[in-house]
Order: sequence, then C-alpha cells, then structure tokens
Amino acid sequence: MDKTISTLAEAVAEIGDGATVMIGGFGGSGSPIELIHALIDRFRETGSPRNLTVVNNNAGNGHVGLAALIEHGMVQKLICSFPRSADPRVFTEKYLAGEIELELVPQGTLAERIRAGGAGIPAFYTPTAYGTDLAKGKVIAEFEGRPYVQERWLKADFALVKAHLGDRQGNLTYNKAARNFNPLMCMAAATTIVQVTRIVEPGSIDPEHVVTPGIFVQGLVEVFDPQQEEVLNRAGAHHP
Amino acid sequence: MTLKLSNAQIAWRAAQDIQDGAYVNLGIGFPEMVAQYQPPGRQAIFHTENGILNFGESPAEGSEDWDLINAGKKAVTLNPGAAFFHHADSFAMVRGGHLDVAILGAYQVAENGDLANWSTGPKGVPAVGGAMDLVHGAKRVAVITDHVTKDGKPKLVKSCTLPLTGVGCVTRVYTSLAVIDIEGGHFVLREKLPALSLEALQAQTGAELFTKGPVADLIVPEL
Repeated sequence: MDKTISTLAEAVAEIGDGATVMIGGFGGSGSPIELIHALIDRFRETGSPRNLTVVNNNAGNGHVGLAALIEHGMVQKLICSFPRSADPRVFTEKYLAGEIELELVPQGTLAERIRAGGAGIPAFYTPTAYGTDLAKGKVIAEFEGRPYVQERWLKADFALVKAHLGDRQGNLTYNKAARNFNPLMCMAAATTIVQVTRIVEPGSIDPEHVVTPGIFVQGLVEVFDPQQEEVLNRAGAHHP
Repeated sequence: MTLKLSNAQIAWRAAQDIQDGAYVNLGIGFPEMVAQYQPPGRQAIFHTENGILNFGESPAEGSEDWDLINAGKKAVTLNPGAAFFHHADSFAMVRGGHLDVAILGAYQVAENGDLANWSTGPKGVPAVGGAMDLVHGAKRVAVITDHVTKDGKPKLVKSCTLPLTGVGCVTRVYTSLAVIDIEGGHFVLREKLPALSLEALQAQTGAELFTKGPVADLIVPEL
C-alpha cells in the first residue's frame, strides 16, 4: 500500500465544482497553505473548482491560503466559527457585498459536528448556544434538568490537511498545536489529502505516537519546507 | 484616591481567586492579563481552545513558532507538563466540566447570570469563536469588565439587550468598581472600592445590588 502522491497539482486534481472541502488549521497553525495554493493554481488555469463550500475555523488572513481562495471567488459558502483575523478584508468585503454565504458555528460545536461526521453519529446534543441566536430553529431537549441543543454532523467530499510526518500508509503525526481541527477533518471527509513535511516508511512512526491512523487518509504529498501564513503575511505576500 | 480600577488591577483581583493547580481558560484579549498576576507560589494550568494545556508566556520576538499559538493567534511557549490535543478533545475539556475556571470579557451581564459578549448587533461580520462553548461546563464562569460602558451606561443590567452568549452562566463579576456574585437571580455585592458609596455604585448598576453580610473593601495594589 502506498498512498503517496508525487505533486501538489495531482493531489488536488479530483476536487470538483460545488464540492464541500474541509480545510484544516486554526488561523495559520496547521493550515495546508501549499495544497490551497495548488487548488488556486488549478482554478486559474482551468476555471475549476468553483462554488466550493469550505469548512474552516476562520475565514483567512491577508491574501494567502484560505483568504486567497476566497479572493479568487472560488468559495460560495463558508462554515466557520470566527471569520475575523489580523487582516480579514478579503472575506469581509465579499460577505458585506453578499457574494459569500456564512454559516456561523460555535467553535466547540464545529469541532464536534466534524467529529460526529467522521464517527457516523448523525446528531448530538450540546449545551452550547442554548438560548442564543445561533440555536434558533434547532431542536431542544432536556437531559437531567438542563436544556440542550441538537446539532447535526458535518461531512465533506474532501479534506485538505497539514501534518508533520506521514508514512506511506497514511499514519500521521502533527507539529505542536498545528493538530487542532486536522485529525477530525481527516475522519469526516470521503477523501482526505494530507501535506506532510516528510514521507517516511511504514514502521518509522512508533504506533504509540500515531495521532491519525492511516485508515482516515487517502493521499499524502510531501511539502518539505511548508510556509506559515503568519510569516507570509508579515512579508505582505499575495498568492499568486 | 482611586476612582476606578485599571484593567490590570481588575485582572489582578480576578487572579487572587484562582487556586494553585486550577485548570483555567482565559478569554482572548483583556482576560489574558489575568495570567500575569497569579499570587506567588500558585501556578494555574492554562487551557487554550486550539489544543494546548499548560502553555506559558510569549516567546522573544524572532523566536516564535507559528505552530505554537493560543486562541488569540499569539505565539506562546510551553511549561513543563504541557500537552497537545485536537479540537474535539479540547472542547470536551470545556463542556465536560473539566475546567475549574473560565474568565471572560463582557458587553453585558444580567442579574440572572446571562452573558452577552460576542455581538454588538446585526452590523458587520458576526464571529463567535469559542465563547458560547466556554460559558458551559467550567465549574466557575467569571467575568472581568469595566463597570460601565465607554459612554457611562451600566454593563450590569436587569436583562441583556445585546445578543446572548449564554443563559444563566456567570457566577461572579469583577468590575472596575466592585466584586459581585450572582446568586438566586440577583447581584450580590461582595467588595467595593472603599471611597465609593453603595448609593453611587448602585447608580452605575442597571439592577438592584443586594448585600448578604458585610461588604469588604476592594483593595488592589498600584500596577
């Protein structure tokens, strides 16, 4: 078994118009910048994919990564918890112009909806958002005398994820807090594509240290020296 | 004579109630200051939504690792005993009742413990982050805030007029003038600045202040 893919372009080639794409990371930490840029490059050459629904905690920062994806008009709908950043202008302008739809989800509910999607749990109850605008129209039920809000699972056609080490069978480790949403998104997508700093041979990662088991991963591509959104933004970078 | 406490002084007062070894989440911005004022000999363990327990201070400029950030997207360091985990585990800690204290900012707090701290209305881009999760599950949810808004209106109110973050969730409020508990649907005054009369404090509060036993002087060092 070898899930490795040799180029970034090949890794994102199957993502079609209208797809739901989960993109890992929390702000820049754990954001698969190179995979996102490869998707933008494909769009610039072919006009596809467009009308994407993107799931991410945020809405991009500056003019690279997710912000650049939005700036290119590829995203029809964003499902996120916090569409603000140091430089949120790209999303803000599109949102206020009515050019992008926003589904705002509390951060813990977003994480659990993604986990539920990957775990085959269609709905669950959470205390979060009870009595607030974000629970309007949702089913409420009482358990042990407290009210809870029913939330639905979230699944995707594709997940784009950044990890640290990945073996050819797709077992992954992460770097520090870059883990965040990535392991959950690996579970919740029909096809999970991971950029890793280094592809290693099966057995090189101690099974005790595997964070995402390879069963949740369909493809890996090596990006040896991945860029950081924060560093790019401090340099005023745009993609392309 | 102190007319009101600075943000640093409010943070200092809130920090005095955090026990050694407590698991604590501090909201983004002003509440993050609480970490600086832990009493000597106490070491709380700080949780950040993006998956770290026991993170430490900011690193020196130039030595940031942008995979090691807090919920405010600021670079942090790790203390001995730190742990990483994914977002679902992180919010299991939050909602599952495992945190001892969450300290948050507020636009408004109502006398029944309702909190409004995520939206000032329908204008602009709405953003909620982890605020609605954090108000549920921590054993104690405290608020630190100025006692009144910038234009002098009460932030402690009978009922919130701004969109709610959570219902009946706040148990203590540390303000620039007082320390107030929320008990049985009422504001119960515990401490106030010594120079401030109860009448003057009541005049700046949007709901009735109750007292149960003596009201202590709120005494905070110059910071």
